[in-house]
Amino acid sequence: MIQQELREQLLDAKIPEGPLAEKWSRYKATCRLVSFNNKKKLDIIVIGTGLAGSAAAASFAEAGYNVKSFCFQDSARRAHSVAAQGGVNSAKNYQNDGDNIYRMFYDTLKGGDFRAREANVYRLAECSANLIDQAVAQGVPFAREYGGYLSNRSFGGVQVRRTFYARGQTGQQLLLGSYSALMRQVEAKKVKLYTKHEMLELVTINGKARGIIVRNLDTGKIERHGAHAVVLATGGFGKIYYLSTLAMGCNGSAIWRAHKKGAFMACPSWTQIHPTSLPQSGSHQSKLTLMSESLRNDGRIWVPKKKNEDRNPNDIPEEERDYYLERKYPAFGNLAPRDISSRAAKEMIDAGHGVGPMKNAVYLDFKTAIAEYGEDTIKERYGNLFRMYEKITGINAYKQPMKISPAAHFSMGGLWVDYELGTTIPGLYSLGECNFSDHGANRLGANSLLQACVDGYFIIPYTIGNYLADDIKTGPIDTSQPEFEEAEQHVIKNLEKLTKIDGDRTTDYFHKKLGKILWDNCAVSRSEKGLLKAIEDIKQLREEFWQRLKVPGTPQEINSELEKAGRVADYLELGELMCYDALTRNESCGAHFREEYQTEDGEAMRNDEDYNFISCWQYNGFDQEPILHKESLHFEEAKVITRNYKK
Amino acid sequence: MKIKLKIWRQINAESKGKLVDYSLDNVEEDMSFLEMLDLLNEELILKGERPVEFDHDCREGICGTCGLFINGRAHGPLAGTSTCQLHMRSFKDGETIYIEPFRGGAFNVIRDLKIDRSSFDRIMSKGGYISTPVGDAPEANAVPITHDQAESAFDSAACIGCGACVATCKNGSAALFTSAKITHLAKLPQGKVESRARVLKMVEQMDEEGFGHCTNTLACQVECPQEISVSNIDRMNWEYNKAKILGKGD
Repeated sequence: MIQQELREQLLDAKIPEGPLAEKWSRYKATCRLVSFNNKKKLDIIVIGTGLAGSAAAASFAEAGYNVKSFCFQDSARRAHSVAAQGGVNSAKNYQNDGDNIYRMFYDTLKGGDFRAREANVYRLAECSANLIDQAVAQGVPFAREYGGYLSNRSFGGVQVRRTFYARGQTGQQLLLGSYSALMRQVEAKKVKLYTKHEMLELVTINGKARGIIVRNLDTGKIERHGAHAVVLATGGFGKIYYLSTLAMGCNGSAIWRAHKKGAFMACPSWTQIHPTSLPQSGSHQSKLTLMSESLRNDGRIWVPKKKNEDRNPNDIPEEERDYYLERKYPAFGNLAPRDISSRAAKEMIDAGHGVGPMKNAVYLDFKTAIAEYGEDTIKERYGNLFRMYEKITGINAYKQPMKISPAAHFSMGGLWVDYELGTTIPGLYSLGECNFSDHGANRLGANSLLQACVDGYFIIPYTIGNYLADDIKTGPIDTSQPEFEEAEQHVIKNLEKLTKIDGDRTTDYFHKKLGKILWDNCAVSRSEKGLLKAIEDIKQLREEFWQRLKVPGTPQEINSELEKAGRVADYLELGELMCYDALTRNESCGAHFREEYQTEDGEAMRNDEDYNFISCWQYNGFDQEPILHKESLHFEEAKVITRNYKK
Repeated sequence: MKIKLKIWRQINAESKGKLVDYSLDNVEEDMSFLEMLDLLNEELILKGERPVEFDHDCREGICGTCGLFINGRAHGPLAGTSTCQLHMRSFKDGETIYIEPFRGGAFNVIRDLKIDRSSFDRIMSKGGYISTPVGDAPEANAVPITHDQAESAFDSAACIGCGACVATCKNGSAALFTSAKITHLAKLPQGKVESRARVLKMVEQMDEEGFGHCTNTLACQVECPQEISVSNIDRMNWEYNKAKILGKGD
């Protein structure tokens, strides 16, 4: 009973009082501060050096804290934020087309199908303008108009132009900005940077996050690190589907290990399936390359009206093409939000209109845009994307339409956090894609770079002080405490266990199988029957994994296969939780489309009466059913409507 | 396709390495080069042999992690292409492919094809940034930057830090990498302010790491997957001379 009360208390979202537009400024005005002289007595660990992690680490260091920053890559600049292409949103209203903070807030909330916390989403829009200022000051070469002012384009799900971009490499340029800020602090000796280190365990002492256990990936050495607070900024876990737009090393291990130590996971099944990836071409494939959504500004999506069409696309006359997004969603057309576009593509493919050798793609055609603006303009806008397309497929997209297909992309779900970005473990914070906060059941394009940056630069530097103000007399965290010893032994045992199975199947074998189960049952569309089967299949696969896995080498050396195996072991548990999450939500919302809950014309049918909450999952032991808690959502200012992109 | 491979195997930085022969019988044209290596590793693991360690991550040409010397060329035969975006259709059936790590300058082999490029981070930490405080900044449109200026700065900023320039340079010079950052920031009004101090510190660190001198062979530009121009090196030299002659102040 006491446990239950404690849980309820832990699920306090800590939303400040007052009107929506004043909550964040009230918070900032009243939160506790740590004075400059006291900050140097406090240590913070940051895991991950993508936009959220490097922005947070640089901000902490500049404020005066001692920071230890960790990444598994060989340089902080390589974190997967680098791969984001299209842009970053900001309510600057430079285009004078009616944009403002409220509109951006509402677009984001509506885009997420009203399954996000109002106050968080408002703050995201509120901080967006400052981010552009910050990035320009860091030297991010955003696209400019000839007069020298910043240029914008449109992204899916909105009717204004609020997306700032640096060709098709906006993520790279923003990351180089935050990476450079981080390296400046490394040089100032306020950040100690540990590249090629992977976090394998969270250490809690008296219920508080006080450190981590990491493995040095170059030597296999296990290390202990203590701190007054631990910040996870480890990105998304879409790689769980094996085939995804994510980097090979992207993983859910840090958040999963934190989850097993008591941090709740929120809506883990809400995965964005990106509509414009390159289609799979064979069983050898390891990765699906994304083609930026920005292409939908000028590209038109269509499929042949005839089923099993095998003519060259250029030979199919206009009247035999179905521009299905323009037909079904005339108000937004090719810029319909991602969940809707992916589902529409899947519908077309499933109905036999798919194109390409595996009949698993739809066309994205630039013929109209090239005729209107000329090839040079299209080249300047998307040149690098067309080049990338040609490198991978061998096809020139100026002459022939691209073939695109839906692919697993972004994790809306993640560690549950309150308004301060704190998890249910005191002193453990979660930023960027690895948390569940702002995007609800579907993220709008160009909002992910924004969220990562806003969490790292503008929110956590304030909210962490509110917590650390209690720790100024604590002194350094001693890593010889028994909790560290126990966590370290646990990690060592786990690594030994993985290498000692010595079975007859590789890690990739299991990862591909898991990916297929999830893609078929817990991706673009889900059903009760499929999910129940998937849970059984995953349990069985997990059992097989622990009996038949083969990992070469030892844990005491560089060992890429062991790294992979550890991540897949976690995925085999996280995947099951995703299925429970999808199974217990008997409604359709955003990317979560349950086949049983749809309108007559096949649109998502939300159920606000019974499911107006965030599903928060508590770990209940290996092979045990997880425990569901609910955080109810309250909409005070936004009018909750049924999403309609038709008119 | 059938492919023969000669792959550099080396257990650690101190040990001697050698080329080892492998062959693969079921390679498909649509496979990426790294997927071909995945296939080899699957076979090696099941045979109980040690798989080949190699650097890779995003597999879409932007993170700069991958980098292999393929048939004597950094990132292989295609211009403007990183190793991960190279596909097997660029090779012939029955071909023998030589695969080695990026070597040269301050790069060291960690194991097999994995290398240590931390020297690049140390060069960056000496000044590859604008010393602006985080958190607050002036209005973004307050300082206009012409379209061409922004595009030109972007051309330099596009470097992915893979190290192909160093690996391909007969002197093991990191001039292209270092100059791209110096030029990116020098071209923007925000970065101009500290451009003199920056160029002196970054060049000093580049030398200290043990990278060689640039003798204008232009090989780096040819192999750069982002096609970064050697004119960045001209700009670095100009900035360097300016800083040397005029000093850090004015």
